[in-house]
Amino acid sequence: MSEIYRYFLIFLGSLLIYNILLIRFIALCPLIGVSTQVETSIGMAMSVLFVMTMASSASWVAWNYILVPLHVGEFLYIPVFILIIASLVQFTEMVIKKTSPPLYRAMGIYLPLITTNCAVLAAATESVKPGFLKLNVAYHFSLPETLIYTIGVALGFGLVLIIFACIRERLETAPIPHAFKGAPIAFMIAALMSLAFMGFANLLGL
Amino acid sequence: MDWSLVWKAAIALGALALLFGVLLAVAAEKFKVKTDPRLDELLEAVLGTNCGACGYPGCEAACNAVLKGDAAVDVCVAGGNSAVEAVARVMGVEPKQRERGVALVHCKGGLGESSPKAKYQGISSCAAAELIAGGGKACRYGCLGLGTCKDVCPVNAIVIDEDHRRWVNREKCTGCGLCVDACPRHLIQVVPRDQEVLVVCNSRDKGSKARRVCSVCCTACQKCVKACDFDAIYMDQNRAWIDYEKCTQCGKCIDVCPTNVIVRVVPTRRKREKVAASV
Repeated sequence: MSEIYRYFLIFLGSLLIYNILLIRFIALCPLIGVSTQVETSIGMAMSVLFVMTMASSASWVAWNYILVPLHVGEFLYIPVFILIIASLVQFTEMVIKKTSPPLYRAMGIYLPLITTNCAVLAAATESVKPGFLKLNVAYHFSLPETLIYTIGVALGFGLVLIIFACIRERLETAPIPHAFKGAPIAFMIAALMSLAFMGFANLLGL
Repeated sequence: MDWSLVWKAAIALGALALLFGVLLAVAAEKFKVKTDPRLDELLEAVLGTNCGACGYPGCEAACNAVLKGDAAVDVCVAGGNSAVEAVARVMGVEPKQRERGVALVHCKGGLGESSPKAKYQGISSCAAAELIAGGGKACRYGCLGLGTCKDVCPVNAIVIDEDHRRWVNREKCTGCGLCVDACPRHLIQVVPRDQEVLVVCNSRDKGSKARRVCSVCCTACQKCVKACDFDAIYMDQNRAWIDYEKCTQCGKCIDVCPTNVIVRVVPTRRKREKVAASV
């Protein structure tokens, strides 16, 4: 298996086949919470892509150069990764606020939300402990593989979030029975979309 | 038990935490964005519903405009006199009072009073109904009752009952005027808060035609014009208008109006009107 093909498989696997929102149902809060308008969902997707990539690479470095040499990774990875993600998000927020006010207005309000987002922690964890993922190309990730994997996860997140927001915008004016309005119909839509995404299972032997 | 692991874990986590703590502290100093300390006070002073009635996108933008001097201290339309005073206090200038109005829907016809011309089954929005041949109501000027004004109201002051009649809660209404723009039939106006005698019909049809489609309509019969001792009522486009400057609110017009479209808005003891005091 050539290197490029392996990268492609990792990317496709994290983007579609093991989609973080619809197949693994991680990060349901933003899926329901920030999917009412396409505009906000795009902002959220961009912020997640940015933070997730950064957090995973930082976590990979911390894992390989601090936690593994000290033999404390197995029980310390969650507090360390949370610490890294929270600090990085704070730091990024400050930098963006100072250097680019328009970007801060577009992305700034979502950044604190992402601090404790489970998808970011999941991506960071899996980039160093790929065993969580049932992807059969995933074993010990190198840094480029971690990056590709994380970008795949984040794009998968964004893709589903934006599609979901488009559907929910249409639902706003649809004659839905009163009891189903809001979150209930959103969960039904999520279930149906999840069924559709299950069609990707076993694609290219993944 | 291997204590070395505990030490290592404590040192690793502690060192990382210290590193990030120092990094964040340095960054907080280095990337500090100077904001006017009065901004937070101003945000407290204005109403804070982000209604947009002042014309700025959100309360924060309005407060920034006040700080820059682009907007006067009475920028918060919806907050009323208390907001003007609070903003003026923060800015250290004399408050300039502004009359705070209240929204009035110029239509009294619900499903019971106003006859239908078709059954409207589209989406529940007045603008959509207006686009499809003017919705289901026979009156071309009356309220469609689908609640677009209710949806835009930031303080939930508009109630629509099962008969499609509108009730504006005068205590909640801030007079921000968002509903004025939202109504596709331009039925809502912000009127002076102390004005109690009001015309609640906007029909521009001739008397007989208006009468055919609605039992509570202004037929332009001129009775109120004649009854008024102060020349405060005039007819224009087949409906009565009250000149709020001249009106003394004596109520003579209310007594002579044959279709009861001139009303006195006062809280009565009836339960519904306790919550929503007026039409």
